[in-house]
Amino acid sequence: MHKHSIAELAAGLREKKFSSRELTQAYLKRIDRFDGAINSYVTVTAERALKQADAADARIAAGDAGILTGIPLGQKDIFCTTGVRTACGSRMLDKFIAPYDATIVEKLDAAGMVMLGKLNMDEFAMGSSNETSFYGSVCNPWDKTRVPGGSSGGSVAAVAAGLCPVATATDTGGSIRQPAALTNLTGIKPTYGRVSRYGMIAFASSLDQAGVVARSAEDAAHVLQAMSGFDPRDSTSVERPVDDLVVGLGQSIKGLTIGLPKEYFADGMAPGVRVRVEEAIATLTRLGVNFREISLPNSPLSVPTYYVVAPAEASSNLARFDGVRYGHRAEGAKSLEELYKKSRGEGFGAEVQRRIMIGTYVLSHGYYDAYYLQAQKVRRLIYDDFKRAFADGIDLILGPTATDVAFKFGHNSDDPVAMYLNDIYTIAANLAGIPAMSLPCGFVDGLPTGFQLMGNFFSEARMLNVAHQYQQATDFHTKWPTEYAS
Amino acid sequence: MSQIPEGWEAVIGLEVHCQLSTQSKIFSGSAIAYGAEPNTQASPIDLGMPGMLPVLNVDAVKKAVTFGLSVGARIAPRSVFARKHYFYPDLPKGYQISQYELPIVFDGHLDIELDDGPDKTTVKRIGITRAHLEEDAGKSVHEGFQKSSGIDLNRAGTPLIEIVSEPDIRTAAEAVAYLKKLHQIVVYLGICDGNMQEGSFRCDANVSVRKVGAPKFGTRTETKNVNSFRYVEKAIEYEIERQIEVIEAGGSIRQETRLFNPDTGETRAMRSKEDANDYRYFPDPDLLPVVCSDEYIAAIRESLPELPDAKRARFVQDFGLSDYDAKTLTSSRELASYYEAVVAASGAEAKLCANWVATDLLGALNKLSKDIGESPISADALAGMLKRIADKTISGKLAKDVFEAMLNGEGSADEIIKAKGLVQITDESAIIAAIDDVIARNPQQVADYRGGKDKLFGFFVGQAMKATQGKANPDALNRLLKERLAG
Repeated sequence: MHKHSIAELAAGLREKKFSSRELTQAYLKRIDRFDGAINSYVTVTAERALKQADAADARIAAGDAGILTGIPLGQKDIFCTTGVRTACGSRMLDKFIAPYDATIVEKLDAAGMVMLGKLNMDEFAMGSSNETSFYGSVCNPWDKTRVPGGSSGGSVAAVAAGLCPVATATDTGGSIRQPAALTNLTGIKPTYGRVSRYGMIAFASSLDQAGVVARSAEDAAHVLQAMSGFDPRDSTSVERPVDDLVVGLGQSIKGLTIGLPKEYFADGMAPGVRVRVEEAIATLTRLGVNFREISLPNSPLSVPTYYVVAPAEASSNLARFDGVRYGHRAEGAKSLEELYKKSRGEGFGAEVQRRIMIGTYVLSHGYYDAYYLQAQKVRRLIYDDFKRAFADGIDLILGPTATDVAFKFGHNSDDPVAMYLNDIYTIAANLAGIPAMSLPCGFVDGLPTGFQLMGNFFSEARMLNVAHQYQQATDFHTKWPTEYAS
Repeated sequence: MSQIPEGWEAVIGLEVHCQLSTQSKIFSGSAIAYGAEPNTQASPIDLGMPGMLPVLNVDAVKKAVTFGLSVGARIAPRSVFARKHYFYPDLPKGYQISQYELPIVFDGHLDIELDDGPDKTTVKRIGITRAHLEEDAGKSVHEGFQKSSGIDLNRAGTPLIEIVSEPDIRTAAEAVAYLKKLHQIVVYLGICDGNMQEGSFRCDANVSVRKVGAPKFGTRTETKNVNSFRYVEKAIEYEIERQIEVIEAGGSIRQETRLFNPDTGETRAMRSKEDANDYRYFPDPDLLPVVCSDEYIAAIRESLPELPDAKRARFVQDFGLSDYDAKTLTSSRELASYYEAVVAASGAEAKLCANWVATDLLGALNKLSKDIGESPISADALAGMLKRIADKTISGKLAKDVFEAMLNGEGSADEIIKAKGLVQITDESAIIAAIDDVIARNPQQVADYRGGKDKLFGFFVGQAMKATQGKANPDALNRLLKERLAG
């Protein structure tokens, strides 16, 4: 059952081949069996899931079901869930139970999806390897000595190992796409403002965007469709109707023009990855896509820009975790200042503390203009690069997602800058606010790799259409890591 | 008021925090009623809980724009919310959402009046640098806890405008005049309840001193959160005196934040500039810029109420009132409306109405410690009495009794006049009868009067009034008495 697509699962439910309760139980059993080694779930909500499954079964019986009704999913532990701990990978929130649901939790609940549990992640979504989580590293199901990528490491590992059919994730600088590429999944980060951020714990507010990791573009389209839409509780969500992401999947992609930024194909990509990405280009060419070399001249500035903007916003967003109202409070503090220092010192891990310090520094009096303001100006230039490309007849942009396949645990952990360079191809989309996705394009020495599509604002349907057509012509995305195939 | 010593000059700028009387908080739907049980008006947004996002209350924007237009300020077509960071237990997010580089209101002014002795006033213009929207913090509660403090977040997220003046103010009296005027305007506009005890209108005073003619400002101190006009006056006076003393003794002023102690009338240092926070302002990425279109601003301008200065001028012009009466009657919007309602309903002379409202009614309310909104006599009821003066049913003198009875809740003017038989005697034969009786009973006085003792006229008026139980029409009585005494 765990190999079915969402459409197949929905059909099975409707045809009474199995109930949502049975489907849910099957997944809970797999979690029980496999997750001890993978560590993708931080909380399994079996009881809640079975209740939701029963409700879904009742809806299906009553003929009141949508495609997602009764389909299980995993929620990244960054989305607040009423009554279920939301820890965001941090000791700071180890005991935090929100009295509210994130908008996307509400929406997916309303669609009848069944939440199996909350998924592991880098602490406060800061990391590219899922090694910063207070709840321990997550293993890549393709090779358990390697990282699954991050920050949505739990989301991708769970889907890749068949511990849920689909999972939510978030992407601030590549946290959906890079792990998707490293685990042979399809991951999409929509346009900034397309999905509400209400109830999603903030890392860098102007970059954070929720999305989906799935085993195909089609599965991703179904779930993203249900998550998207204007939310009056998020001032940055966009008041604009949501395109039908599913109806156009089968459309021909003949005649589309995809840009290949020369900066993305310069040095930096591992040779094996380059071969696979070039094969993907060849496949798409056979499907009738025209390719044209373009230039995004400011893309080398993405990483430095990001590592000013994101920590600045993070240092501010994380100021609320002071041990006063909720979250970790240190014992034995003798003064208010000591309470702050100890609670935050104990509650936050090293990477989060590093970014808070960077962020505090770049916003400080006397440094603001040189760093934050300058970074915002460069951000504008990066956006302008994309704008120019799309105005010049480019429908989508294609490039690598990650520089290499999944790396071994501890590989980059003593060199934050090397770790930050993992996001080199993914960060620009967040800085520009445009949608982007990663999809599988084959293997290098048995490890999956992916390529990235980027589109103009609100071009999710077009991107998913290309991805789906590509997946109709290839079978990389259908491959399973042997251990979890059956 | 203490005088600034010869040769010295004070430079004062005020920052006023004015709580906007919106229904709900500036970034959440929570109510903002004062005095509720602690933390009953605090939602997850107000508590700064993870994943919570601010959504701007458009009514707060409207009220800020209303204020700006009322002080001749410019309204920013695009203003930006920024985060101001500091750690404090009553600041839930670790930052306050405020406006920094681009405030919604800027470049306005207020004209204040200064009394320069009897019947002499001058007008001085005080610049308003800016007014920006921001959220209030919560409150730390220290009473009732042992070895710990409580936090009440009911106030957290209450909408404020911070109104910053230019350093145009030179004396404590000017500062008070500015504050009173500002207070009057925000209450007039209905954007603030003006309650200073509850902190709806509070002031920080920046004060420095310098030798007259000095090219540069001296080092300033900021005295925080002074919440009455009298305290502002005292705090500034104290600060001026203190700074001059320090400098004259050869010392120098430290740039610092000070607190005013109402019990001693003194200010004391709270923290120096070196301890000041680096607020690390940056634009709040959770909120979009506030865009005010020309149409939006024009619509608010259209709906502005008449402001005190305009109303006062109109009262002088249309009602023929003295500037003094007009000023009194326009001191609050409610009082002015009351007065206008009395004039309209009574048909009596506007000046007469003004006397009754400004003198008798306000005097009575003052004794009762009530304001015009709580007046036991409604505008209609007072108009009912003034009608009876106008149609000469009662004299002004009788009206005082009627007014007293109305204050005591004895009914309408007509009911009281009837019940007490207070109708004025206008029948001349009845008045003549009373006069003749007085003349007959006081032959000696009549002889003296006729012999040239004019002053005795008042005696006869009194006697005749007494004989008619005060009901004789005074004009008729005077005229007839003169005739009869003339023999």
